[in-house]
Amino acid sequence: MKTQQEIFEILKAQYPDFITTQDTEANELAIEVPALQINSVCQFLASNPDLLFDSLILLSALDDANGKKNSEADGSFEFDGGTLSVIYHLESSKLRHKVVLKVVVPREKPEVESVSSIWQHADWEEREAYDMIGIIFLNHPNLQRILMPYDWDAGFPLRKDYKNPEFYMGIKVP
Amino acid sequence: MSIKTEHMVLNMGPQHPSTHGVLRLEVELDGEIIIDVKPHIGYLHRCFEKHCEALTYPQIIPYVDRLDYLASMYNEFGYVVAVEKMLGIQVPERVEYIRVIMGELQRIASHLVAVGTYGIDIGAFTPFLYCFRDRERILNLFEMTCGARLLYNYFWIGGLSHDIPPDFVRIAKEFVQDFKGTLKELNNLLSYNKIFVERTANVGILSVETAINYGITGPNLRASGVKWDLRRDDPYSVYSKLDFDIPVGQGLQGTVGDCWDRYYIRVLEMEQSVKILEQALDQIPEGNVQEALPKRIKPAEGQIYTRVENPKGELGYFIVSKGGLQPHRVKVRAPSFVHLGIMGELCKGHLVADIIAVLGSIDIVLGEVDR
Amino acid sequence: MGLLDKQFSDENIILTKAEDLLNWARLSSLWQVGFGLACCAIEMMATSASHYDFDRFGVIPRPSPRQADIIIISGTVTLKMATRIKRIYEQMPDPKYVISMGSCSNSGGPYWEHGYHVVKGMDRVIPVDVYVPGCPPRPEALLEGLLKLQEKIRNESLVKKEKV
Repeated sequence: MKTQQEIFEILKAQYPDFITTQDTEANELAIEVPALQINSVCQFLASNPDLLFDSLILLSALDDANGKKNSEADGSFEFDGGTLSVIYHLESSKLRHKVVLKVVVPREKPEVESVSSIWQHADWEEREAYDMIGIIFLNHPNLQRILMPYDWDAGFPLRKDYKNPEFYMGIKVP
Repeated sequence: MSIKTEHMVLNMGPQHPSTHGVLRLEVELDGEIIIDVKPHIGYLHRCFEKHCEALTYPQIIPYVDRLDYLASMYNEFGYVVAVEKMLGIQVPERVEYIRVIMGELQRIASHLVAVGTYGIDIGAFTPFLYCFRDRERILNLFEMTCGARLLYNYFWIGGLSHDIPPDFVRIAKEFVQDFKGTLKELNNLLSYNKIFVERTANVGILSVETAINYGITGPNLRASGVKWDLRRDDPYSVYSKLDFDIPVGQGLQGTVGDCWDRYYIRVLEMEQSVKILEQALDQIPEGNVQEALPKRIKPAEGQIYTRVENPKGELGYFIVSKGGLQPHRVKVRAPSFVHLGIMGELCKGHLVADIIAVLGSIDIVLGEVDR
Repeated sequence: MGLLDKQFSDENIILTKAEDLLNWARLSSLWQVGFGLACCAIEMMATSASHYDFDRFGVIPRPSPRQADIIIISGTVTLKMATRIKRIYEQMPDPKYVISMGSCSNSGGPYWEHGYHVVKGMDRVIPVDVYVPGCPPRPEALLEGLLKLQEKIRNESLVKKEKV
């Protein structure tokens, strides 16, 4: 059993190029990982005999809402710039330790590597993150909407600047 | 001469008597053998997470009820534990005990629905009536406590909305006493019924590695033989003071981790809940349940992930606060959502009729799948 | 009632209007589509189970809409589901009746304000005969809703236009 700090040290030694910081502002520490390295980092976490992270508890995406806010006349607004993030909670069922990883991507190009090849559970969680926040997971086997209708074209509902359409298939929405 | 064959795609749902709600399964068949099952979900997507971002922390509790509507008390349990942890509130001992009592009653109620409707799916109607008879008594207990039958809004952040009524402990003890007999009755009616065993044993076998890789938790994981229960392994509330066993699947009628094991683990868990209830009802201390209610609920900036053992599995809340009255983001780790992902894996190679047996055994609630 | 008033004292003959007879037959065997949507479906199940016994009003769940007379919309209707419900409704043979059970299906209920994927009232998609309020309605409330529907059917006429 290892603490988050010890796992951070192990990762820092393994990947000195890009793992340097922990997100400490939250009361839950999160190791920051670049978006295009997450798959190899997770593969290392899952296969290293000292770590053995064999299960993904939760994958959550969130809109950081930190871009420039462009308000419009009708009270709605849009964000220009800013970031979206994806947070991974991992657990080892054998060694009983946990770790939190964080990936931050720009709002214009939210591309993150998929980890569904390591944990099957990530398949649906990533589809949900795509559906709700609009994160594109590269190398995902079946990246399409999961909760909203497949032909929904009004954007990603959990983004803070989402606007609901007036009608969907002839049914009044608001 | 070779005959050209092709796979048939069969559509099940969203209106189907055995899909436990609005679930659509796209089944690919070779004759009667299942090649693949693709669940299509989202028919009950009620925008829970969007509502959380617009409401204050206490206002979210009624919406939390409506996630897994068969286990509302436990959803509230998970949510209030998370927010209390963010605020650093210590709740009185009496509140903890009442929460555990309500939680375990709810676990029995939820498992009764799971077991009863599973019987209907397999073709046994009578156990359903017996299960609902007992569930009705639990609902009466909830109703006399908080006035609602299904969606309670009973757990508040830092306390409870009411104290339990004076008669509650006596009536609950009577129920617990009677329920032990009912469990035997249920075993005689359904568990060892020859037809039921034939339909469920050796069907949909889930190995431990697959289960962990898919993130399966709760009774479904324990049925595969893993002794993993958050009440014991990541304790919250007063569970560490109570004595109970964690039953695991043993493959009594077939293989470890088959549908019958997943069914029977729920029966065994009800027995353990009865054991917890007996202790908790005796030990419940005096006190004021509204003592620790905070005046102002405004957690500091930060994020937290807490989890509890819901009747269906690991229910987690990931809450991100930016210091306001409303959370910035609430993400629910809904056990049913995770469990449904394994349908294709479990059904492969079985017959069409076994889809129902597998689906019933993993016990999903669509309100939680789609949120 | 009107059906048994004009019965002869010593014969097994009942004099009644054809309309009343048809209405009586219709209202006493309302077969429903076995179809649950959300939380209210659990209360609907409780209504058909041991304690409340829906069967005594002639309500029997049928798995297929083609054999059913009523559909109880029990729960939140979402945009993805609305078109399917319309399809199910269209498959039911006439005369058909709709009970909207619970706040969500009446008006969107608690999901009124921020529900980007919730239909704000089932009556935007199919016509509704009886609205049962509550979140969720108690089984007694659903039974009351059914009695109201039976009353409505009793006053129906084959020739006269229905009063609105």
